[in-house]
Amino acid sequence: MVVANGKNAPDKAALAAVAARLRGKVIEMSSAAGAAHLASCLSCCDVLAAAYWHVLSIDPKKPDWADRDRFILSKGHAAAALYATLAFKGYFPEAELATYCQDGGRLAEHPPANLLPGVEAATGSLGHGLPIGVGMALAARIHGQSHRVYALLSDGENNEGSVWEAAMFAAGQKLENICVIVDYNKWQATARSNETLMLAPLRDKWAAFGWDAREIDGHDVEALAAAMADLPNGSGKPVALIAHTVKGKGVSFMEDDNNWHYRAPTAEEVVKAHKELGLA
Amino acid sequence: MRNAFADELTKLGDDDARVVMLSGDIGNRLFDKFKDKHPSRFLNCGVAEQNMMGVAAGMAMSGLRPVAYTITPFVTTRCLEQIRTDACYHNVPVTVVSVGAGLAYAGLGPTHHACEDISFLRSIPNMSVICPGDPWEVRAALRAVMKQDGPCYIRMGKKGEPNIHKAMPADFTIGKAITIEDGSDVCILSTGNILPEAVEAGHILKSHGISARVVSFHTVKPLDTACLAEAFGKFRLVATVEEHSLIGGLGSAVAEWVVDNEVHPKAFLRFGTPDIFYKLAGEQEYAREQLGLTGHQIADRILKKLA
Repeated sequence: MVVANGKNAPDKAALAAVAARLRGKVIEMSSAAGAAHLASCLSCCDVLAAAYWHVLSIDPKKPDWADRDRFILSKGHAAAALYATLAFKGYFPEAELATYCQDGGRLAEHPPANLLPGVEAATGSLGHGLPIGVGMALAARIHGQSHRVYALLSDGENNEGSVWEAAMFAAGQKLENICVIVDYNKWQATARSNETLMLAPLRDKWAAFGWDAREIDGHDVEALAAAMADLPNGSGKPVALIAHTVKGKGVSFMEDDNNWHYRAPTAEEVVKAHKELGLA
Repeated sequence: MRNAFADELTKLGDDDARVVMLSGDIGNRLFDKFKDKHPSRFLNCGVAEQNMMGVAAGMAMSGLRPVAYTITPFVTTRCLEQIRTDACYHNVPVTVVSVGAGLAYAGLGPTHHACEDISFLRSIPNMSVICPGDPWEVRAALRAVMKQDGPCYIRMGKKGEPNIHKAMPADFTIGKAITIEDGSDVCILSTGNILPEAVEAGHILKSHGISARVVSFHTVKPLDTACLAEAFGKFRLVATVEEHSLIGGLGSAVAEWVVDNEVHPKAFLRFGTPDIFYKLAGEQEYAREQLGLTGHQIADRILKKLA
């Protein structure tokens, strides 16, 4: 099945339900594996739902299809959310999610190269996904293909100079087939983002670097789906969506609490969280 | 070497629509022909090497054959993580081509010297490291690289290096050293742009009655182990010669092989740059002499060892 390339109006309720399922799954995975980065996963589930269930032209049965849209999880530490997404889409069996972080499995704490169908690029070292994505977008131009490239960056990732090198280069090349989504949850690993390296005003920075940059509610699946689907958007520029998000979104006792960058939930907390997400 | 590179790359670009040239804002006019013929496949990536290497990897993941080119330190150590993680971990055909190996840019100072790059790059899985010895080997290496599917590093000198070969070596193979001059007493294994000094050392040894085999050991990884087995089995002395640090380059790679294979060399000398930043002004020839890397100095040390 090929997703319809965002041509129909997004189904808000359906996308929100997918996002809730993704959240429920990554909470389970984090708990079972004792793995970090749960809150970073929760802040980007709506972006993943909008991308994979509305925007991307993909075929999970043909992960190497040359004309597919590319989605790069540049914030590779949210691997669990990507794994859940790919499994739900049918790239590999959902049952394999139980092997997350288990010895000998394919689902390590960051997405691997050449190992798991649907993973476009191995990430985990920040600041790599966008340059790779720009290369893919240029390759599409050189090949005369019309597919698009999406790169999801964390806000802390915007600390990396390579992000800004790529931003200037993409703008210089007038690349219209690439879209950056910044998961702007205002936290990085150990501190408030804007008290570490000053990102604000982040939209203005991306705009100043030559991008068609817009702020968006990063938990509004409908708005995300519509904005991401509108690519190329006729501006003649690459597109940056500065998605305002809440770290730990969806679970009251995790929201905006940066301890959940590293903490994994107990079995009891999983039940509580699932209840809040309406999954119980 | 760089003119040979630009010329050969243009030819390859004519024949293969996957070939893309990425320049780190260098080579003013050098690529005019390529640009004229293939404007969509030439990209000046500016002074932003990390991005250039990531872009190259993204292109290679998409079926292209990108060649990323600038001065050695900037296209190797500056973007080492992109080479490692984006190109080598994904095992895609990114070709890293550097200009200014070793002391080729001696006069520009240590910021532009490159005596550590082989060491860094050969330790990365999937990476091949090729150091052509003359302009003909640059052309041959480039052609060979385009026929395989993994990441490769081609380490060039600068410009004006003499041709050692009379034509493009027809049977150039990655990982297979080329005997330039045969001999029976000592075997000189030279990698990269210092080959003319190794050849000269061979000639000087001959004038002293020592018969030297001189080998262009152009590929540091994968090692030509058959060549090494023969060299250490047959010759009274084996010498490695490189314009690169004694830490981590060809000499180190050969020493590792010697230890791992329990070879007991009769005599083994390593010529390379010492563990210093060489700060003095002056061009390559002068710097080589200061560091004991001229043909005469190489021959002298070999003669002393044999005495």
